[in-house]
Amino acid sequence: MRVFMLGWEFPPFISGGLGTACYGLTKALDQLGVKVTFVLPKMVDSQYATHVKLLTPQAKKRVGRRRNTRSQEEELANIKFRSILSPLQAYATPQTYDEQIAEFLRLRRETTSATDAPGDPGGGGTDYAGDLYREVHRYAHMAMDLARDEEFDVVHAHDWMTYPAGIAVAMASGKPLVVHIHSTEFDRSGEHVNQMVYDIEREGMQRAHKVIAVSHFTRGVVISRYGIPGDKVEVIYNGVERNGTWSVEPVTIRREEKIVLFLGRITMQKGPEYFLQAAKKVLEVTDNVKFVMAGSGDLMYRSIELAAQLGIGHKVLFTGFLRGNDVRRIFRMADLYVMPSVSEPFGIAPLEALDNDVPVIISKQSGVSEVLRHALKVDFWDINEMANKIVAVLRYPPLRMTLRNHGNFEVRKLRWRDAARNCLRIYEETLVPA
Amino acid sequence: MPSVCFYFQVHQPTRLRHYTVFDNDERYFDEGRNAAICKKVANKCYLPANRMLLRLIQQHEGRFRIAYSLTGVLLEQLEKYSPEVLSTFHALAETGCVEFLGETYYHSLAFLYSRQEFVEQVRKHGELIQSLFGQTPKVFRNTELIYNNDLGLLIEAMGCFDAVITEGADHILGYRSPNFVYRPKGCRRIKMLLKNYSLSDDIAFRFSNRHWAEWPLTAGKFSQWVNAINGCGQTVNLFMDYETLGEHQWEDTGIFDFMRHLPGEILKHPDNNFKTPSEVVASYEPLGVVDVPHVISWADTERDLSAWLGNPMQSNAIYELYRLEKKIKRANDERLLTDWRKLQTSDHFYYMCTKYFADGDVHKYFNPYDSPYDSYINFMNVLDHLQRRCASCETPIVAHSPTQAANAARVAVPV
Repeated sequence: MRVFMLGWEFPPFISGGLGTACYGLTKALDQLGVKVTFVLPKMVDSQYATHVKLLTPQAKKRVGRRRNTRSQEEELANIKFRSILSPLQAYATPQTYDEQIAEFLRLRRETTSATDAPGDPGGGGTDYAGDLYREVHRYAHMAMDLARDEEFDVVHAHDWMTYPAGIAVAMASGKPLVVHIHSTEFDRSGEHVNQMVYDIEREGMQRAHKVIAVSHFTRGVVISRYGIPGDKVEVIYNGVERNGTWSVEPVTIRREEKIVLFLGRITMQKGPEYFLQAAKKVLEVTDNVKFVMAGSGDLMYRSIELAAQLGIGHKVLFTGFLRGNDVRRIFRMADLYVMPSVSEPFGIAPLEALDNDVPVIISKQSGVSEVLRHALKVDFWDINEMANKIVAVLRYPPLRMTLRNHGNFEVRKLRWRDAARNCLRIYEETLVPA
Repeated sequence: MPSVCFYFQVHQPTRLRHYTVFDNDERYFDEGRNAAICKKVANKCYLPANRMLLRLIQQHEGRFRIAYSLTGVLLEQLEKYSPEVLSTFHALAETGCVEFLGETYYHSLAFLYSRQEFVEQVRKHGELIQSLFGQTPKVFRNTELIYNNDLGLLIEAMGCFDAVITEGADHILGYRSPNFVYRPKGCRRIKMLLKNYSLSDDIAFRFSNRHWAEWPLTAGKFSQWVNAINGCGQTVNLFMDYETLGEHQWEDTGIFDFMRHLPGEILKHPDNNFKTPSEVVASYEPLGVVDVPHVISWADTERDLSAWLGNPMQSNAIYELYRLEKKIKRANDERLLTDWRKLQTSDHFYYMCTKYFADGDVHKYFNPYDSPYDSYINFMNVLDHLQRRCASCETPIVAHSPTQAANAARVAVPV
């Protein structure tokens, strides 16, 4: 089986669960012997140069099968990476894109004038589009060009920005298209959907032979909000990557205060204000606790203000965006992880928390609550109950112990290997003529 | 020759209401939900089953006999929410063919944590049965048939019982059959009746299971199995939850029809008869001594305590509860004592069971909570409040935080 996969960022350059999911799934497919051509947008050479060597369409003649970081090269024997020069980024919105594009332009000018890198695609700064809509379609065009030299059986596209590319490649090659829904416009924007994004999502789902949703929660949205027939939509849960480098280095900080952790993008979708409201309630009955908000996002400043406004500023710490070892370290310090997401198609972070022996509270409005039984669950809006449960976890060691033991055991059953097997089955089904 | 000995366990816990750490009142129990469940089960099970069994007793002119164990917490609820059920139990008692067994008033695990509390609850239950039905229990069954040698000794020492009932678990009987009367190890006077779990569970659990090779089970078929014991057993002890009739096995499974025909079919064989536990005890001499050094119960396949005390939350919750005993009793406050005792009902700990939680089976069916964790949190919040009431009765309030002090102070003010 050969797959042309339109994906996103790979570790260590990840800004959220999408990158983690693409990485986990691709790695597991590799282990099943599936040949994957992994295509992803690349901003500029300088950002990636030292860590990951990626190929642009223009550079393809010089390199064949591909190298990544050294360890990845061994692990990902069946994976070939291809990149397309584009300012597309996971979690972009039409608004943030405008800001990014200015930054992109500036960087482009710097790198081209300073180094004149041979790998740099020729043609200067004209090959990107001025708005997200056009850029997504330009990306599709580039992907089609790139696909011409590739051999594959199935096209697999992850989230809306790659759907036009997926459609184009599938059309041009006559191969079946599988789209993978990690989130929908309704998750990101609530009821204020961007019509352009919605239309692209719907077209991708309509044109696809199969739609993969990361949870039944999301499958429901795909069916009811996008009008996709149910028999075309399958659920494949995400997995969790057990950290190979998992070490038992003890946390040396002795501390009086317990730590309750929020980790994720600080955006409307993630419910940061509910976390802070609950924190306020918790502090009414218990004192020796700190709330840590790890992540960044468009509601970060507003959240800092809200914490101050609620009079709990001294009890809430903001770390900014964390990655890699810092994430593991913060998990190691935490006594409890809370994910109060308003709308969460899946939610990989709670699995990572459990993997790090941290008990979790998750919102019932999350896909991951379908697969986790040994987690505390609340409605995201029910701050009273959220606080009630936070206090209980902090107060009763037997509760922490039971949640941790069972949760850690449960999370081991959620393997990327199973997700990859299901993907492979779906690929095979799309190849059988109806 | 085998006697068929039916005993039905009838119990409903007083379920807690959703009680958060921010709640601060003494309304711990969910009146609305308890009333609704009590009425529902009354209509599906208690009323139709009582009426049917009453008719059968009349029809067979005293040759059909049964026993009940009614918990105190159930009887209290029936009185409040379904008095008509209570009157049908009165009618059953008046036939003289129905025996009422002794147990702990609150369906508690007190035997494992406080012998004194255990004895008080057994006495309290005996008094209630006497006042309602005019008979004093002579046969004792502990909550969930929990048993070990010490229980046998304690029951004998209490002096008011002739026998004790427990599970006929394979690992205590070995090659021996549950269809005889035994003597508990160390006892001189009292006898022991063992549940025939195989035949009991054929009715209680397998009756409606279409994958079971013996499905559908008819009264005739079941009677043949009982007849087959003739010659190698004296009594077939069929012990089960009363809710089997109509609630666990719904009416449309044919469970009522089965029961309606069973006495007639059993009595077709001239050697068979029905006896109540006390009559079995009076009729047969013990065949041997049964030694139960470790605690057993009738629950799950393990037949142990793991359904109530299998994880740290469960053992922590019950330990903290019984730790309060002295303080509660010293406070000399009837309402406080009753609330504390209602928290002892074993169901509260059963809800916290994580065993099989992932499979969502029988445990889940009886569970008012979404998860064992929710159940523990709720229980501990109530217990925390109870503890503060206790403390405020005794000494000046020791508070952990300003709000708690305020809460405790509010509680302390008599209304």
